[in-house]
Amino acid sequence: MTGAAPYLGVLGVPLMAAALLAIIASYRVAARVNAVMSLLTLLASLSFLFRKPAPSALLFIDDLNIVFIVVNAFVGFTTSVFSAAYIGHEIESGRVTTAHLRFYHTMFQSMMFGMNLALVANNIGLLWVAVELATLSTVVMVGLYRTHQALEAAWKYFILGSVGIALALFGTTLVYVAAQPVLGEGIASMEWTVLMQHVAAFEPDILNLAFVFLLLGYGTKVGLVPVHGWLPDAHAEGPTPISAVLSGLLLNVALYAVLRFKMLMAGNPGAVAPGPLMIGMGLTSLLFGAVMLYRRRDIKRLFAYSSIEHMGIITFAFGIGGPLANFAGLLHMAMHSLTKSAIFYAVGHVAQVKGTQQIAQIRGLTQSHPVLGWGLVLGVLAIAGMPPMGIFMSEFLIVTSTMAKNAWLAVPLIVGLLLGFGALLMHLNNVAFGEPSGMESRRHDSYAPLFGHLALVLLAGLYLPSALVHWFQSIAAVLG
Amino acid sequence: MAALGYDVAHLLAGGMVLVSFMLLYQDRMGALLNVFALHATVLALSVAWQAYVQDAPHLYVTAFIALGLKAILIPSALRRIVQRLDIHREVETTVGIGMTMLVGVALVALSIVLMLKVTVGVDPLGRQDLAFALAVLLLGLLMMVTRRNAVSQVVGFMSLENGLILAASGARGMPLVVEISIAFSVLIAFIVIGLFLFRIRERFDSVDVTTLHAFRGDRT
Repeated sequence: MTGAAPYLGVLGVPLMAAALLAIIASYRVAARVNAVMSLLTLLASLSFLFRKPAPSALLFIDDLNIVFIVVNAFVGFTTSVFSAAYIGHEIESGRVTTAHLRFYHTMFQSMMFGMNLALVANNIGLLWVAVELATLSTVVMVGLYRTHQALEAAWKYFILGSVGIALALFGTTLVYVAAQPVLGEGIASMEWTVLMQHVAAFEPDILNLAFVFLLLGYGTKVGLVPVHGWLPDAHAEGPTPISAVLSGLLLNVALYAVLRFKMLMAGNPGAVAPGPLMIGMGLTSLLFGAVMLYRRRDIKRLFAYSSIEHMGIITFAFGIGGPLANFAGLLHMAMHSLTKSAIFYAVGHVAQVKGTQQIAQIRGLTQSHPVLGWGLVLGVLAIAGMPPMGIFMSEFLIVTSTMAKNAWLAVPLIVGLLLGFGALLMHLNNVAFGEPSGMESRRHDSYAPLFGHLALVLLAGLYLPSALVHWFQSIAAVLG
Repeated sequence: MAALGYDVAHLLAGGMVLVSFMLLYQDRMGALLNVFALHATVLALSVAWQAYVQDAPHLYVTAFIALGLKAILIPSALRRIVQRLDIHREVETTVGIGMTMLVGVALVALSIVLMLKVTVGVDPLGRQDLAFALAVLLLGLLMMVTRRNAVSQVVGFMSLENGLILAASGARGMPLVVEISIAFSVLIAFIVIGLFLFRIRERFDSVDVTTLHAFRGDRT
């Protein structure tokens, strides 16, 4: 493969790490190696900011996927740091064995490899294979605890995810069928860069049909209603670091695939505009997620439904389209990744110190565990959209851009946002304040990933560097 | 030659739709697995024929994978699982077989009308294949939603996936078909190993997946 060298950092490092971690027996060493390798991947991804490699037949970097890769590598790194603290406790409490952990670390890196490959893939077939790889790795990790619930969650995730990627493959084949009369046979008819240049000449009817399959297929992975069934179970039953990367990263990768195909559709004048479909699915997910938040009893399921809600908001924003809504969608995507993974870091420790995930048995966290409790409070306030956090800003931008395009659409959007806000504050009040209850175990954790993320989200809400704004604006313009 | 190539491809792809229907009304596990092996064999023949007509030797690899893995290895592995779990007779359905067949006919009509309308400009060889492939895919989905038993859901998923391979092999000159079929084989191997390792029957006392739903974090 010519031209693969610049991508070695983001692809080769996770792949090598996966192989290396498979042979390291000690989980302490493995956790450190995992973190170091993730840091190297992050550094490699940052190098793309300074020097964009030329596109090759299979891999490429452009303004859009850089954002996703950097967010991916960053959250991957902080999760590996959190995971090191988390799994130590899981070993002590006997929920997992060291053999399982060896498997876990290997799968973690192979998932990072799959996600990075999906993001840099210049080929729609390769994108599909990479998403499948990332899915398989996470399925194995969701079932790590081998309990009834974990196996059920993994099985459900597996079957629904498989049907999803099967539908996505049919859509991918249809895109090729549309491209083949124009571009001829062979690899060029599946390359993003080539497809984008010639999409105007494709048969629009086939593209329309293809997009329906792709939206449903990759939409399953995004967790859009009505194909979201796997998401709450997988988040609740797997190890918490996996919940963090599922919510923070894997959903984004699937969304990235949807966005790419949306750009493709937008380039063809005869094709149906993909916006209304995405607006419809986004709004449904937002309203469904927000309503479902009220009656949750399990704290990890609560935040899983919140992820459905937020993926709905992001899909909605990209569906609205235009420079401002796209800008807001991108910002919200990044903010949601940071905030949601931070919340899961906090929730992971909460579940460990309290020995339960049941909301009813967790009370008065700010008194019994002040640092952790206030960290959770900040995270939940951020995700609920309180100013001055970054999510407030992105939600505000989404609402105003919707107002400008179609004021009626803003009504269900605002209703959904307020419903979600109310539900989260209600649960937060119960969990964080009042008389402490439940177990009182104390332990020293590393809170750096949690507060690091929250600081970034706060910073983004207060001040966005103009370089970042220009960068996001240029991507938003490309997205159409 | 072109006419013959077209007719045989048409015949084989149509044969897959027919076998998909046969899958829908099997009520015994052993018979279901035999019919699935037939499904995979017809797929292998169809892909091999496409390889011959399109002069695309790499498709022979895909045909070989379909034959070796899906027509021989996986059915025999599933047969062992079925024996070990002692579920020879149960193929519980949620909807009556007559109703399922009617819905199936409607789905086939839908996919043929839809695909033939949409793919006017496409080369006729691939066009028929795409229409039949969509039919096989939808019938596979139908089977997954109407069966309660985990093993027969897996069979439904594999027949769905056979439809995808049919579509990909019919799309003239589509790159990465072999890689994609390998990726899918890995996926299916994972599913079968999953059934095997987790012994869903032992864990949950039944391979009936409706019983799995008893364990929900929210229902305490």
